[in-house]
Amino acid sequence: MSDFEAILKAYEQAGGDPRFLRSPRIASLVVSGNKVLGANEVPGVKMEAEELPNGVRARIEVAPNTHLDYPVHLCFGVIPAEGLQEIYPEFEIGEGAKVEFIAHCTFPNAVKVKHLMEAKIRVRKGASMRYGETHYHGEVGGTEVLPKAEIAVEEGGRLTTTFSLTHGRVGKLEFDYLVDVAAHGVAELVAKAYGYGNDDIVVKETVRLNGEYARGLAKSRIAVRERARSEVIGVTEGNAPFTRGHVDCIEIVRDEAVASAIPRVYVGDDRARVTHEAAIGSVAKKELETLMARGLEEKEAVDVIIRGMLAK
Amino acid sequence: MQKDTLLQVEDLHLTRNGKEILRGVNLAVREGEIHCLLGRNGSGKSTLAYTLMGCEGYTPNRGGITFDGQDITGLSITERARMGITLAWQEPARFEGLKVSDYLALGMKEPSRERMEEALAAVALSPATYLPRAVDDALSGGERKRIELAAVYAMRPRLAILDEPDSGIDVLSIDDIARLIRRMATEGTTVLLITHRDETVPVADMASLMCEGEIVRNGDPKDVRSYYARRCLPCEVVGRHRGDRT
Repeated sequence: MSDFEAILKAYEQAGGDPRFLRSPRIASLVVSGNKVLGANEVPGVKMEAEELPNGVRARIEVAPNTHLDYPVHLCFGVIPAEGLQEIYPEFEIGEGAKVEFIAHCTFPNAVKVKHLMEAKIRVRKGASMRYGETHYHGEVGGTEVLPKAEIAVEEGGRLTTTFSLTHGRVGKLEFDYLVDVAAHGVAELVAKAYGYGNDDIVVKETVRLNGEYARGLAKSRIAVRERARSEVIGVTEGNAPFTRGHVDCIEIVRDEAVASAIPRVYVGDDRARVTHEAAIGSVAKKELETLMARGLEEKEAVDVIIRGMLAK
Repeated sequence: MQKDTLLQVEDLHLTRNGKEILRGVNLAVREGEIHCLLGRNGSGKSTLAYTLMGCEGYTPNRGGITFDGQDITGLSITERARMGITLAWQEPARFEGLKVSDYLALGMKEPSRERMEEALAAVALSPATYLPRAVDDALSGGERKRIELAAVYAMRPRLAILDEPDSGIDVLSIDDIARLIRRMATEGTTVLLITHRDETVPVADMASLMCEGEIVRNGDPKDVRSYYARRCLPCEVVGRHRGDRT
């Protein structure tokens, strides 16, 4: 099997549809280890990718006022059981452009794999970017993933990111996104993870609302069971007049797992408003018993409840 | 035609937080019957429902529950459900992110879109609108109760315990509930209908009246209803200890 076929298979395991990575009408970037296996540009989307000793540096530019019919598909993976992958992507979304990215990161055979991503994202004035990243780490728990992003949303820009690691083992996750939002801009960061075994999850989301009327949401949905551990740090700052921010964290904890949440809100202008809600607890007894009264075992019922929470 | 007893409750006692709530309940529900359990708020009806379902914290101190000839007193909720017993809660739980279609399918042996649509239509909800929605806080209390009834109907259980399906705002009308319950019975489900509203009683084949944790009357629904209207509704004893009765 060629490297390209192997990564496509892994991409499918992670929930992606390989047809998108083969289509010439759809912009895509495929990276396995430190090899760029495919980079397909479409009008309005320019891609540059440079192979590094342990990964890839990539620059993706969306021209001003480009509105794409199809999402841009990104696939990053490591197929061997051991390896290091460092990805340094830069996203430049031009003024008034509107684009969606669907990224899948897959390490299906990971026994000892480290994946580091340090992204820089700039959403220019009036542009809109949706970025969804789904991970699949196999069933061993030998993956260490460190996704980090520094994001700037310019005036009137809009950004939504969703990070999801809800199938297979997590291993070790240290998620750290920081977004600066200018006037009238909007940023929503969503992170979801489901850990078990001895998985270790740290999610840090920081939203800095720096311009008038900027709005932001830092949302997390985390579930841990067995001996897994999770820590969520949600930071929202209202640094300008009429900014509105919210931190929304729900964590479900079962068995001997441990969860903590640290919402931090900061208001630097008396016309700003930032709120937070954090709830950590077990599955509600009534929810559990309702599903058991339909014939589900307790474990199955817990799984249904957790997957529902993570799906939202 | 003499029907076999499906559910038999004998001398059931239950104490919660130091208070005896069920004080020797005796009840027999025959297979295929619609049995109405009538009683004022606080008489122990819901506690009996949770005890029959095997909910946590509702283990009887004394007495037993037999279903289809088998002692189920020590069985878990799941085991009881797999024998064909289910419960529609008075205030049903909500599930973030769980679609109505998935929720309905959970209890069905062979999930089918057709059965789900039929179940929602039976509670006067549009399948096209509600199947993709989540069973969460965005639903009103009435919508949620209807979906709960639809889920029980879709499941085709042997015994459906319906706890106050007629209470709350935006619930089905008494006529609609009666129609749904008759439909369940026609499809082979025995129904234990719990209510404090005497106008719901006529749908039943048999009725029992509960007061202060005991079944105090049992028999023809008309007689039980009449007794309830004359003697129970004006009564001020409910909620006080039996020893306080004069």
